[in-house]
Amino acid sequence: MKGWMGKFKSVFLLSLLALVLAGCGKENLTALVPKGYGAESSMNLIILSSIIMLFVFVIVFLVYVITLVRFRKKKGQENFIPKQVEGNKTLETVWTVIPIILVLVLAVPTVAATFDLADTSKSKDGINIDVTGNQYWWHFSYAGEEIQTSQDLYIPTGEKVYLNMQSSDVIHSLWVPSISGKMDVNPENVNTMYIEAKEEGVYWGKCAELCGPSHSLMDFKVIAVSPEEYDQWVEDMQGVDPEAQPQDAVAQDGKAAFEENNCMSCHAIGSSPNAVGPNLTNFGDRSRIAGILEPTKEKLVNWIMDPESIKPGNKMTNNYPELSKEEASNIAEYLLQLQPSEITPESAGN
Amino acid sequence: MSIAAAQKKGFGAVIWDYLTTVDHKKIAHLYLFGGGFFFLLGGLEALFIRIQLIKPENDFLSAGLYNEMITMHGTTMIFLAAMPLLLGIMNAIMPLQIGARDVAFPFLNSLGFWLFMFGGVLLNCSWFLGGAPDAGWTAYTPLSTTSPGHGVDFYILGLQISGAGTLMGGINFLVTIVTMRAPGMTYMRMPLFTWTTFVTSVLILFAFPALTVGLFLLMFDRMFGSAFFEVSLGGNAVIWQHLFWIFGHPEVYILILPAFGVFSDIFATFSKKRLFGYTAMVFATILIAFLGFMVWAHHMFTVGLGPVANAIFAIATMAIAVPTGIKIFNWLATMWGGSITINSAMLWSLAFIPSFTIGGMTGVMLASAVADYQYHDSYFVVAHFHYVIVGGVVFGILAALHYWWPKMFGKILNEALGKLSFWLFFIGFHLTFFIQHFLGLMGMPRRYWVFLEDQGLDIGNLVSTIGALLMGVGGLLFVINIIYTSVKGEKAPADPWDGRTLEWAIPSPPPFYNFKQTPLVRGLDPLWIEKTEGKGEMTAAEPLGDIHMPDGSILPFIMSLGFFIAGFGFIYQVDQKAWLVAVFAGMGIALACMLIRSLKDYHGFHITKEELEREAD
Repeated sequence: MKGWMGKFKSVFLLSLLALVLAGCGKENLTALVPKGYGAESSMNLIILSSIIMLFVFVIVFLVYVITLVRFRKKKGQENFIPKQVEGNKTLETVWTVIPIILVLVLAVPTVAATFDLADTSKSKDGINIDVTGNQYWWHFSYAGEEIQTSQDLYIPTGEKVYLNMQSSDVIHSLWVPSISGKMDVNPENVNTMYIEAKEEGVYWGKCAELCGPSHSLMDFKVIAVSPEEYDQWVEDMQGVDPEAQPQDAVAQDGKAAFEENNCMSCHAIGSSPNAVGPNLTNFGDRSRIAGILEPTKEKLVNWIMDPESIKPGNKMTNNYPELSKEEASNIAEYLLQLQPSEITPESAGN
Repeated sequence: MSIAAAQKKGFGAVIWDYLTTVDHKKIAHLYLFGGGFFFLLGGLEALFIRIQLIKPENDFLSAGLYNEMITMHGTTMIFLAAMPLLLGIMNAIMPLQIGARDVAFPFLNSLGFWLFMFGGVLLNCSWFLGGAPDAGWTAYTPLSTTSPGHGVDFYILGLQISGAGTLMGGINFLVTIVTMRAPGMTYMRMPLFTWTTFVTSVLILFAFPALTVGLFLLMFDRMFGSAFFEVSLGGNAVIWQHLFWIFGHPEVYILILPAFGVFSDIFATFSKKRLFGYTAMVFATILIAFLGFMVWAHHMFTVGLGPVANAIFAIATMAIAVPTGIKIFNWLATMWGGSITINSAMLWSLAFIPSFTIGGMTGVMLASAVADYQYHDSYFVVAHFHYVIVGGVVFGILAALHYWWPKMFGKILNEALGKLSFWLFFIGFHLTFFIQHFLGLMGMPRRYWVFLEDQGLDIGNLVSTIGALLMGVGGLLFVINIIYTSVKGEKAPADPWDGRTLEWAIPSPPPFYNFKQTPLVRGLDPLWIEKTEGKGEMTAAEPLGDIHMPDGSILPFIMSLGFFIAGFGFIYQVDQKAWLVAVFAGMGIALACMLIRSLKDYHGFHITKEELEREAD
């Protein structure tokens, strides 16, 4: 009997665990499995406030149920007139004072954490990245490193990375739920926040402020790698020669078409600060095209031919000459070969 | 007009009567009809949103149309549905509760309604004229200033016009409560619904001007080349958020406080007990309203205002939990020891307690600034404010409609249909929104046209959509109930619920002069006092005499029409200067109406003592 119970118990607990894990959402996207300093800080407060609130809810609900069961009008009592109570000083004091205490219990750690997460006084010693939010993509410029990149943000684990964020158009909000809460990216001022990943991995980033039709398609990735790998990546990125000819003929044609069609007026390859459109230096390493599509050649050709059908309202549509299918295909081949580093989302455990 | 003239009339005469009426009870009907219409429209928009999100990467709506849908759903529900429905209930009931024959400014009351209606219609015209506004109901700049087309222009003018109507309503109610209470009706004897109407009107008076200013700045930026919010010309985009939320946060209390008043009256009536801790309830209401002006920046924790501002606003926000908690416990204590009747009105009120408690608690959780960095602009927030606004305001409106329907329309809503629609709506509501708390924390930002596959968000969204459909069915059943009741409903007596307050002392529906003789109020729950300690009916505070009543007028309708025309002029003069004609014509009509109103004497009319006596036979 005992064995059966034990078995049942373990099966039950296991399935409960599975349910909870599934219920927490997709790993490296969900805020419920924090993997960064800011996300942990938020999670602590979420748990604390949930416990306090659950406590209040249980009390309210108990009183509520007891009241309804005990004092519902019963048969034969149709003419019963209850005592008209005006109030009760003691009771009213109790349910004023206890909530004040509960609120204070939550307020103190909230204030402490608010100041902690806003403390950017040591930013000079850390890695600083200038982030620009654009409709509908993200640009990352590594201060002092001469690295420009877009969509994939590489950071070392276990270190505070300071993001100095500003928008080039409307307000966006940078959110990497597993690593940190969000902060708005305003057009008028630089907002600084720090993020620190505790584990290596590829984390989903989202835009969290309505910014136009493709607001929901403004995804990006944070690629957290070990500090050694990060140094390697920096070196690889700095070593990129934007003029380098690709190996095969198709990609060479692609490069020529890329230049002929004036793609470079918006898209830089290398460390040029031109950021009208996303920087393409490590395009071939990226885990997604335009933030959302699987990185296959077919999808890239579709994107180049008709970006409007994929990201409505994007700024590329109608701002380049019409391309033949072959040209688009060649350009796609060229772009997918832009793989300057061994350190990629794949190596970081995509 | 005499009493006889108020009887059987043709269809055209009824329409004319409603166009010109200044009777607070008929204006209430208009508000309920207008608000109800927009509520159904907003509900339809909600269903479109949920159908779009039923599965990942759905293509039911296009991206642009989806943004129009969310913008119009929010704007419609807040400005054109919830608020007018509440203003309608206030209009119908508050004057009766204080023993008044009408509101202080009957003409203004009518003008307030027609401005709201024309503003709402103007806003919704955008659907047929090139696209609705698409920058969210919060219209954050610079997205709203750069939004192409005229959608946002319709938003600005529509809200400006309907907002003016709301402001008039607020001022009118304030003056009414200050000056027109029956003898003996001191402030501390007013029913809670009247109290919350009073406090809500104060909130309207102070909050709406911030919106008006914000909308004017936005209008000038979009139409006349100014640059208040244009960063490249030295403007400031974040200032819009301050202006909007200085209005927007009190707006939440403008919606919820009247609902609190409704529940207070209903719990007392159906528990057959006096409201527990009346004084505490009044002061909690005032405290919530006061604090409501101190917390707007909790909508802006992620804007980058710095830790000092975030900490202060976090604590101020948490403080609101205390008076709200007092209210919840006082309601429970009101029922404790009572004799509780559970009918449709009470079901909606009882459902409010756990639902709103959840909404209030997530509100405290959101107040914790660092935790908010995760919740902000995610589905957690969507879940939170729907728990507060549906679980609080909509439940409150539905409770109030079931409770006061006999008083307003003379018939009792069908109980069986009422209960069925309640359970469908209630279950659908929790199904829709509870899971959204988790969707938000699992990484789903709000206002997302599509969510991608393989992000763990599929099941939650599917459940949410199923819940929304259930809510839709529940809502539809309520409409059916209204139609059924108006055709076959049983006639209501003057006091169907064994009521406690003054409105139950007069017939259902009341005569257009409400009280034949102004009643004398001897304490809180005046009718209850007379029923238990007196002679069973109200004592008159005056001898029977002639009653002076105001004249009806078509001017409010025409004046609002003038603003409506001018609104189109303002919107389209950007494209073509010829449209300025519409601006001048529209404003001319409105100003001419004002002139007529100012110069012409309105004497009103008297109902003579003889007529009143004949009526009694």
